[in-house]
Amino acid sequence: MMRLTVNPIRCDGHGACAELLPERVALDEWGYPIVSDAPIPDRMASHARRAVAACPTLALAPDADR
Amino acid sequence: MTLATPRPTATAPTAPAPTTASPPPPPAPRLGHLVGVLPGGPGLDDHLRHYSTLPQLGPGELGRLAADAGLVGRGGAGFPTARKLAAVAGARRAGRTVVVGNGAESEPASGKDRTLLRVRPNLVLDGLQLAATEVSAGRVVLYVHRDPILVGGLRALVDQRVRLGVDAHRVEVVEAPPRFLAGEESALASRVSGGLALPRFTPPRVFQSGVDGAPTLVQNVETLAQLALLARFGSQWFRSAGLADEPGSMLTTVHSPDRRRVQEVALGTPLTSLLGDPLLPDGPIGAVLVGGFHGTWLSTADAVGLRLGNTDLRPRGASVGAGVIVALPAGVCGVVETARVVSYLAAESAGQCGPCVNGLPAIAGGMTELADLRPRPQARDDLLRWAGLVAGRGACHHPDGTVRLVRSALQVFAQEIEQHAAGRCTATDTSAFLQVPTGLPTRDEDWS
Repeated sequence: MMRLTVNPIRCDGHGACAELLPERVALDEWGYPIVSDAPIPDRMASHARRAVAACPTLALAPDADR
Repeated sequence: MTLATPRPTATAPTAPAPTTASPPPPPAPRLGHLVGVLPGGPGLDDHLRHYSTLPQLGPGELGRLAADAGLVGRGGAGFPTARKLAAVAGARRAGRTVVVGNGAESEPASGKDRTLLRVRPNLVLDGLQLAATEVSAGRVVLYVHRDPILVGGLRALVDQRVRLGVDAHRVEVVEAPPRFLAGEESALASRVSGGLALPRFTPPRVFQSGVDGAPTLVQNVETLAQLALLARFGSQWFRSAGLADEPGSMLTTVHSPDRRRVQEVALGTPLTSLLGDPLLPDGPIGAVLVGGFHGTWLSTADAVGLRLGNTDLRPRGASVGAGVIVALPAGVCGVVETARVVSYLAAESAGQCGPCVNGLPAIAGGMTELADLRPRPQARDDLLRWAGLVAGRGACHHPDGTVRLVRSALQVFAQEIEQHAAGRCTATDTSAFLQVPTGLPTRDEDWS
């Protein structure tokens, strides 16, 4: 995967993504994820996959369009 | 309002000759007179007499005509119609596609679609037939704002056209709820699929998977009417009005200080002639809103000399959209008007995405604070921060459009905002100018 994307409809602001991948995900003042546009290098890939798997609403996903 | 007179062409339209001799193309207005017509417009007989029967086009011909004409959608996004037709036809599998004519017109400041549906429904239905044949549709729908008289009239007209063999595809009329987002294409697809008119996350876009998962062509009703004329009179005729890069005519809704009017206008027409006012600095117009509630405010200085169309509007940060032009009277406070609109937009959030659900009410609160007198010193900064936080972070473009309106208001009404900070409002007329709907959604049923 190169980048991550969040489905804002599924997202409920649990915040697991920001905890597991703080290098790419920050939380806004309402607790919703701001996902960086920067690509994910190989050394970060397993952390990114863990963040995707940890999302309780399956809102976080690899960005298929890139 | 008249169009540029088309150059007479000796060449026949590119469509095959219709089965009855066609009258010459209408000079102006093309879409027909929009005033003084009874609801339901001319009956089917009058329609056929005035416009002749709709030609039968071969496969791909509608797309070629639309491409040659340079027709773009008239629903606001301005997407090239030929490309959209090709995308849906290309996404077709096992013969299932859906065509939906979008007549929801959820933008409160726009009246062109309801007018067109009232006075030229046959042109819209003709356009649906053309599109449905082009993409081999299995289901054809006309999605309209909720109006029992209009809906009843349209259903009766569909019955008549099917009975007389005019329509090969029976058109279903589906009502849209009175929600700002009801006309958004994924909300439309959701509603026509039998659900609530709530936007969906994309991808997939509706042309890939829309109504009931089928590739769906969504076209504004005016685009369909333009296609109905294009099929009869050809692309050269179409291009005889407008600009080379923005050809043809479009319906506009113009709000001037004393009235609101739907007019058909050639692209490239100066805004001043639309507004009937020279846009002088201390004149009767204080500012111009282009594009409706998700549009852009322009100062009179910026608007003067601009022609209708993206060629002149985009460099000013605006877009022609669905042709809404509002001339704010000089005595009305633009900050107050914007706050009223933004409060409505916040209440009309679909409530599905955290940044929108939280951010839009915050932004509305911030605008209201600026509209009142002596706001907190941080009010404007808060507003800009929230605007930056919500743009691009919803499933649909509701936050983005709202932010566009707010940012342009902060720029164009900067002096007025300073006055408010000092405890003064320069308005001489405190009555509401823009019509903002009441009856805001409270339950799921309000979205069906």
